[in-house]
Amino acid sequence: MNKRLSSTAGRLIRTACAAVCALACVLSVSACGADDEAGKIRIGIKFDQPGLGFKKSGTYVGFDVDVAKYIAKSLGYSEDQIIWKEAPSKQREAMLQNGDVDMILATYSITDDRKRVVSFAGPYFVAGQDLMVRKGETGINGPQDLNGKRLCSVTGSTSAVTVKEQFASKVQLMEQPGYAECATALLSGIVDAVTTDDIILAGLASASRGRLRVVGKPFTVERYGVGIKKGDTKLASQINNAITEMIQDGSWKRAIDDNTKGVAYTPNAKYNPPTPTEGEKK
Amino acid sequence: MANATTNNDTDTSVLFDAPGPRGRQRIRIANVVAIVIFAIILVLIFMRLHNPPEGENQLAWDLWKPALDAEAWTDFYLPGLWMTVKAAFVAVIGSVAFGILFGVGRLLPAAPVRWVSAVIVEFCRAVPVLMMMIFFWRLFAFMGMEDPAYWSVVLGLVLYNGSVVAELVRSGVGNLPNGQHEAALALGLTRTQSLMQVEVPQAIYAMLPAAVTQLVVVLKDTALGSIIMYTDLLQESRRLGSMYFNILQTLVVAAVIYFVLCWLLSRLAEWLPSRMQRHTAAPAEPEVVAPIAIMDPSNVNQIAVAKESGELPRGGAPRTYHEHHRGSNASIHEWQKTRYMQGYDEKHPDVARQRHRLDVPLPGVPGARKNRDEDESHDDERPDGQERKA
Amino acid sequence: MNAFAQLFSQYDIPGAFLVNIELTLWSALFSTILGVMLLLMRISPISSLRRIARGYVELFKNMPLTIIMVFMVLGVYAQLKLSFSTTFATNFFWLAITGLSLYTAAFVCESLRSGINTVPIGQAEAARALGLNFWQAATQVILPQAIRGSVAPLGNTFIALLKNSTVAAAASVATETSTMMSEMIEYHADLIVPIFLTFAFGYVILIIPFGALTTYLSNKLAVRR
Repeated sequence: MNKRLSSTAGRLIRTACAAVCALACVLSVSACGADDEAGKIRIGIKFDQPGLGFKKSGTYVGFDVDVAKYIAKSLGYSEDQIIWKEAPSKQREAMLQNGDVDMILATYSITDDRKRVVSFAGPYFVAGQDLMVRKGETGINGPQDLNGKRLCSVTGSTSAVTVKEQFASKVQLMEQPGYAECATALLSGIVDAVTTDDIILAGLASASRGRLRVVGKPFTVERYGVGIKKGDTKLASQINNAITEMIQDGSWKRAIDDNTKGVAYTPNAKYNPPTPTEGEKK
Repeated sequence: MANATTNNDTDTSVLFDAPGPRGRQRIRIANVVAIVIFAIILVLIFMRLHNPPEGENQLAWDLWKPALDAEAWTDFYLPGLWMTVKAAFVAVIGSVAFGILFGVGRLLPAAPVRWVSAVIVEFCRAVPVLMMMIFFWRLFAFMGMEDPAYWSVVLGLVLYNGSVVAELVRSGVGNLPNGQHEAALALGLTRTQSLMQVEVPQAIYAMLPAAVTQLVVVLKDTALGSIIMYTDLLQESRRLGSMYFNILQTLVVAAVIYFVLCWLLSRLAEWLPSRMQRHTAAPAEPEVVAPIAIMDPSNVNQIAVAKESGELPRGGAPRTYHEHHRGSNASIHEWQKTRYMQGYDEKHPDVARQRHRLDVPLPGVPGARKNRDEDESHDDERPDGQERKA
Repeated sequence: MNAFAQLFSQYDIPGAFLVNIELTLWSALFSTILGVMLLLMRISPISSLRRIARGYVELFKNMPLTIIMVFMVLGVYAQLKLSFSTTFATNFFWLAITGLSLYTAAFVCESLRSGINTVPIGQAEAARALGLNFWQAATQVILPQAIRGSVAPLGNTFIALLKNSTVAAAASVATETSTMMSEMIEYHADLIVPIFLTFAFGYVILIIPFGALTTYLSNKLAVRR
């Protein structure tokens, strides 16, 4: 009896050991990747936004990515010295504050609220909230036409609320976890328009092979900045110089055109190209 | 009777007589009608997908190809699947640890430990997993933890499934024949020692198949992680879909992967009991029965009890002690009470007879507890040569 | 504490719970109806019905609810154009109920089947000996006893349903508790712990009496043999 018991216990201990080892394995796998970051720059981008920041076949494509590469180059980092990190909207401030990333280019609007916890350089682009509709749609030319129509935006974003409160009080709102779901809904006809910043919409429309179009009348101003650690004025002026240079040598324009291929999209000429002056003075 | 049904459904075959020639014909007609209706529904759905009133043909190869080609697998599904499996695996190990800790905690003689464990377990069972995930996600991000989405998915799953495992441990101990406990006491082990060295190890073996069934739940619930932006299989398939606007197709692929994985695990859970039964005196069952409704301390594996009724396939007189689960003191007559609460079953003829004859306090009898505790403290000091592994 | 009290006037927390309760009650009703139908199919003499029901149960038991909810919007609504109302909020609410009902029906069917196992074989044999056909034996002898025997697993299923109703967030139901909690945390990150505890205790308060009732009923209704 005793022998059987102790052998049972022994087997249990062995099983437990194996389980702990396996756990340790998995944990170490998840912990690694934090190694060899010396001499590299860590940049936070979106991984799931076609046209701005998108992870595809192990590479990253989009306008934000192109700007980030240009900035990194002028800071003295080659392309393989960049570590790309995903910066979901809700984690951007925390990532900068904890030093997980050196800079963030992820459709990150410069606002006074955010400037209390992080600093910005830029802006490198001035976007504006706009609408995307189906190609054949002629009835919607601006947010005021949305009364009685159905509008999609992502969960937790304020852009749909802006439309409802300021332009069309009788609009019906649908919330989806991502813009791709919104675009799918738009294609299938259950919503009539999708709203968010024009450059994001242009990226989506570009991926839709000509079945969607951007209305092209932005009705807000969103200044996209490069998020950096609070108070780093030296880095801010370096980034601003890089952006100015990028605009002057034409690569800025090229980056926009490349990433909105197939869509008749021009950024709001009133504000673009922007003059990056943010974050240099205390 | 056997040829009236397939092997899979033998348990239901008693509900109808073996059909005669006319009955067989009627069944054949009904079969054809049912299959035709089912097929018509499927065809209607596919026709709708092929030619929707608005939008595009969802069956077009243009949409399916990017959802199925090599790039989709290497860049999206497989990394996503790895994240899903990683979270599920860590969560299962964590929940077994959590479950054993608090399950044993609910059985220990010390009342404060029991209460604290009970409160924690019942709380974790009542709060929706999604809410826990959202909370931990924001909390971890707030605290500046690395990878908050991953850890919140894991912790949310550990807390809920751990509380289920805790109940499994408790019911596993409850399902052991009382003889195990009595024999351990007779060998001079204290109640705690008996629990830790004899009962809990067997309960854990008995629980394993149900824990595998729980793994299916864990795997399914990792998909909740996509709501908090964890890049699991569901989230990655959405991302892939956002590139070519074929989100419906990529979701179908993800759904098939989830289904195959969960289905295989379910089969494993059904196959395990026969192996596990060799290591334990408690019934090893694949079904998760323990968490009967909340606050229900039932320790009787009801499904096991239910299956016993099938042990008399030809009817006949029921066994005399049928209310005792497999000869244990886990009585279905008072099955809402734990063995620890009811002490022993007074209705068991053996117990009643023994008590009359011997008039000695039996282990587990509430009135005898005080005496036994004194014995225990005495036993603890007794030097024994037995080698015990904790 | 004052800021916390202010939250209550700003957000309609009981209203959000009411949405979850409504989702749960409607889904419980429909999933019970569908679950009983599936059960009858599963135990019927017609083998194709048995296979269809078995396939249904296997499919929905092994499928994450989140995916089902997403399919409700992007598949059933967007592609099959099944629509309950032209008002979005109502439409998504009913789509979520459909998704929850389809999912829960598989578990209701399994619970009832475990209840059928509690009915001794002699009952079925007696029913047959009396000349009852399948339908009569099932509905008049077996099911009434099976339902009484499966109160506890059914109660568990419905408790799980109440908790699962938070996943309606994935079907664009924006007024239920998990969405509201996320929104509150978004704007009041300093109060994250009290906000979570408020919602958590809301569920504890809903579930404990329901669980106690299940325990009481399953004990009271159990067929003593």
